[in-house]
Amino acid sequence: MNKFSWYEAKSVEDALQQVNSTVSEQLYKHTDKASIFKSGGVDVFDWVKEGLLKPQKIINIRNIPGLDKIDYDRKKGMSIGSNVTLAEIASNPEIKTNYLALHQAVNHAATPQLRNMSTLGGNIAQRNRCWYFRSGDHDCFRKEGDRCFARHSETGENENHAIIDNGSCVSVHASSISTALMAFNASVVILNSEGEKKKVAMDDFFVTAAKDIAMENILQAKEIITEIILPAPSKNTKSAYIKQVARESYDWSLGDVAVVLEVSGNATCRSASIVLGAAAPVPYRSMEAQQALENKTINSENALAAAEAAMTIARPLAKNGYKVPLFVATIKQAILEIS
Amino acid sequence: MEDKNQGSESKPTKAITRRSFIRGAGLSTAGSVLLTTNALAFAHKEQLVTGEEYGPEAMTIKMKVNGMMKSLSVEPRTTLASALRDHLELTGTKVVCDRGSCSACTVYLDGKPVNACMMSAFDVGDKEITTIEGIAQNGELHPVQQAFIEHDASQCGYCTPGMIMSCVHLVENNTDPNLEDVKNATRGNLCRCGTYPNVFKATLAAAKKTI
Repeated sequence: MNKFSWYEAKSVEDALQQVNSTVSEQLYKHTDKASIFKSGGVDVFDWVKEGLLKPQKIINIRNIPGLDKIDYDRKKGMSIGSNVTLAEIASNPEIKTNYLALHQAVNHAATPQLRNMSTLGGNIAQRNRCWYFRSGDHDCFRKEGDRCFARHSETGENENHAIIDNGSCVSVHASSISTALMAFNASVVILNSEGEKKKVAMDDFFVTAAKDIAMENILQAKEIITEIILPAPSKNTKSAYIKQVARESYDWSLGDVAVVLEVSGNATCRSASIVLGAAAPVPYRSMEAQQALENKTINSENALAAAEAAMTIARPLAKNGYKVPLFVATIKQAILEIS
Repeated sequence: MEDKNQGSESKPTKAITRRSFIRGAGLSTAGSVLLTTNALAFAHKEQLVTGEEYGPEAMTIKMKVNGMMKSLSVEPRTTLASALRDHLELTGTKVVCDRGSCSACTVYLDGKPVNACMMSAFDVGDKEITTIEGIAQNGELHPVQQAFIEHDASQCGYCTPGMIMSCVHLVENNTDPNLEDVKNATRGNLCRCGTYPNVFKATLAAAKKTI
């Protein structure tokens, strides 16, 4: 790692005065005097160790008081502070009771060690997974390079890459927790250095590669995530999350699905929220699957129809065609877990 | 080694270990004494204060490791794994992947397993570190360590310290673990030799259960 100084932030305001860049900006266009945030630090140190991120100063926001709370209110819903660790989310009984798919997603994320270190804010703001993007030897589009190594039909190792919205960059978003958060219609609360707070829906938080190749979310340099808010579930809300991986122990997602349904008494789906992870460069809400399932009885036939509808827009690369049947099976299974 | 006088620096071990013998014990011990003595003179600067900037050059910080307060001179970019291995000579903690993927570097931060390779020594603050060297008490192996020997749960040995840290944490926090609990506890620990079945057997045996 390059030499950097360490600033121990005492408050969000203090941190916002110190910061002048984001990891996204630095990976795309390196500047000499970058001051960046780190909380759990797992993704930041990964980039610094690779030599792709060379901060002059790291601002440690991990110890800022007040960002580590989980609050639940039956009417207002759930507020999870940005410094809450994944392990704390996994062991929270109210999240397990009211947001089962989130509980399941967190329990399948990373390793026990990393769940003790990683914070929710850092998890949703981590950069995408693609071995070329994360390699110091490959200047790809996301690093101001002139090509996509993964896309190449013969030499591209793209078995883990995107099958939807992959016209620009083919990497996939790395946070499987975001799959579940988006399905619950969560919002991200962001504070800027002017003291202004905004609440951004997860659907608007992530930025597609087609829109901006340098970014995967809307965060600007003088902004910080303070909390993630989940609306209160109704008594008819049911959810499920399934992640497919190559190894049983732990692994990055090959395809994960979060389903949140409003179900009426006779097993009819009143509204559906269906989000796919590791399918696109951002967590992907499948409007096609949602529309196919709404006002239908939840059964095997309709679940399969919704799953197949989700994949009508899939455009696999040379080596990831398996993801299409994988998603069909997983979406169907997740819907049926709710019935 | 067993210097219980917290607040003062602990003396580097005088025992001849395989490692110190190989490296040349005299030189490394002299270096450590010089470093830690120097640290005492600046004791008031050893705790990080919020609202202040540190580094990028090395500075002396305090860290509580295995019940003893240690002083060490590190840079902000010094990982906890490096601080333990290269500065405190606690080489039981292994660095294999150096990216948080294999968990060979597992230590406890306030009792919770973490990857020492993916955090700065500056991240520790007033939290307490426990390494594999702190698992045996009063010269007695922990039941999990003893069971690893009895069940042949170690092959090349690189994953073993991290594996034991995960398994000790499990049996200390779950009095009645089953096989699935052991698998969950060790999901982050990668063993290239594939000795998982014996790790599971050893851990369940230590928890007084058999597969």
